[in-house]
Amino acid sequence: MSIEPSVRVEDKLFYNRYLVDAGRAHIKVRPHTTPSPELLTMLKACPARCYELNDKGQVEITVDGCIECGTCRVICEESGDIEWSYPRGGYGVLFKFG
Amino acid sequence: MIEEKFDAIVVGAGMAGNAAALTLAQRGLKVLQLERGEYSGSKNVQGAILYADMLEKLIPDFREDAPLERHLVEQRFWMMDDRSHTGLHYRSDDFNEEKPNRYTIIRAQFDKWFSQKVREAGAIVLCETTVTELAQDAYGKVIGVRTDRADGEIHADVVVLAEGVNGLLGTRAGLRERPKPDKVALAVKEMHFLPRETIEARFNLRGDEGMVIEAAGTISRGMTGMGFIYANKECISLGIGCLVADFQRTGETPYGLLDRFKRHPSVAPLIEGSEVKEYAAHLIPEGGFKAIPQLYGEGWVVVGDAAQLNNAIHREGSNLAMTSGRIAAEAIFQVKSRKEPMTAENLSLYKTMLDQSFVIKDLKKYKDMPALMHTQSQNFFLTYPELVSKAMQNFLRVDGTPKVEKEKTTFKSFIKARSWSGLFGDAFRLARAWR
Repeated sequence: MSIEPSVRVEDKLFYNRYLVDAGRAHIKVRPHTTPSPELLTMLKACPARCYELNDKGQVEITVDGCIECGTCRVICEESGDIEWSYPRGGYGVLFKFG
Repeated sequence: MIEEKFDAIVVGAGMAGNAAALTLAQRGLKVLQLERGEYSGSKNVQGAILYADMLEKLIPDFREDAPLERHLVEQRFWMMDDRSHTGLHYRSDDFNEEKPNRYTIIRAQFDKWFSQKVREAGAIVLCETTVTELAQDAYGKVIGVRTDRADGEIHADVVVLAEGVNGLLGTRAGLRERPKPDKVALAVKEMHFLPRETIEARFNLRGDEGMVIEAAGTISRGMTGMGFIYANKECISLGIGCLVADFQRTGETPYGLLDRFKRHPSVAPLIEGSEVKEYAAHLIPEGGFKAIPQLYGEGWVVVGDAAQLNNAIHREGSNLAMTSGRIAAEAIFQVKSRKEPMTAENLSLYKTMLDQSFVIKDLKKYKDMPALMHTQSQNFFLTYPELVSKAMQNFLRVDGTPKVEKEKTTFKSFIKARSWSGLFGDAFRLARAWR
């Protein structure tokens, strides 16, 4: 097995433009003590790496870098692990090329 | 609250929404189009290839001022293993025609232009407005929408849901299901900028000629997926997508896949020295014919990606979106002309008309392909690409081995990997699904 060089997603997100709606996260993770398998999946499946484990082993989200693809909605909304809405009009990622 | 009542509200300003709003406005209907981005295009992501025929039906002289990148003269299909690709290339000077058939485009720029045409036709386009809910009467009939603006609810005779693959409204109102992980792919994409001359030299292009590469194989690590490389004027769109269910199953990361694709020895020289200016991700409907939801109801129709109208085999989506938007608008216009209400029964005309178009006919033809590709993903995306690469190398490498022995080696490698019944079964299943 070859060892993967680490990809820095933060650097990729730095190319993008955002208008952050401070204090109004459009995705919310349901409070939990132990994360569900669906939530744990998001640690790897989110293309913007918005989901992270905190030091208590719970899954947290920071939506500032979200590119609004909807993958976490497809995986986690049905089980109630997350609440998913679109950002308010005009906010969120602003694609220059798309 | 906007007191005015509209003939139609179109939710979303992508390909389907713009086609619907334009057609409705051209027919003289009072149309309001709502878009959550700062302009039409700022939230829209695609490869992207534009199919001229479907746009010509909406805007015949689009070539005069649409922001087009390159017209395609060459298509390359690559079957890849970790160190090689086996290619099928088609290039023809016939594609250098007066009215080319396919172009590369950049969606944020193209959609902005498309939206201008919608405004010129007379529709009201309200951007930076997120629709939060459908407004329904006591009987469940859709009578309008609610937005995140202070003036709240807006009414119309019919609502066209062009809200995209991840549309929330239809699901929230119980009109269709949320897309399932095995029915949508997640694609990630980067825009790589290079000088125009460099792109033309690397891809063997002159002037505005363009080419695209569609790639499959070990790049998707046994998942159902594909990579793509599209030449624009001064940049290259490069991306890769796989089924969400496969990401879930394997724990692969989308950016890890993209990175490996970029570092592949067949790809790396094509983007060497480029400057990346954007990183995007988007879902793609992959469920095909069997995933199409209910397309109409009391006071509503659904079009484009929101209706899962995407041909995964031919990589066509935007043209199905445009066509479904136009046909829905034409059906609405016909109902309106007869001065009849926008009931489910009357709006079923949309489905009747769509069934007769290439949109449903093509999706029906490939109705069994998604399931085959998903259940056989290890074979089609890992085993066969590796076998083909070994066979090609064995065929080409000159090392004194008699050709008869070389052929035997290749033949045995296929039997060993898939067995007789496996090979025949795969061929049979593929032929049947393709029929």
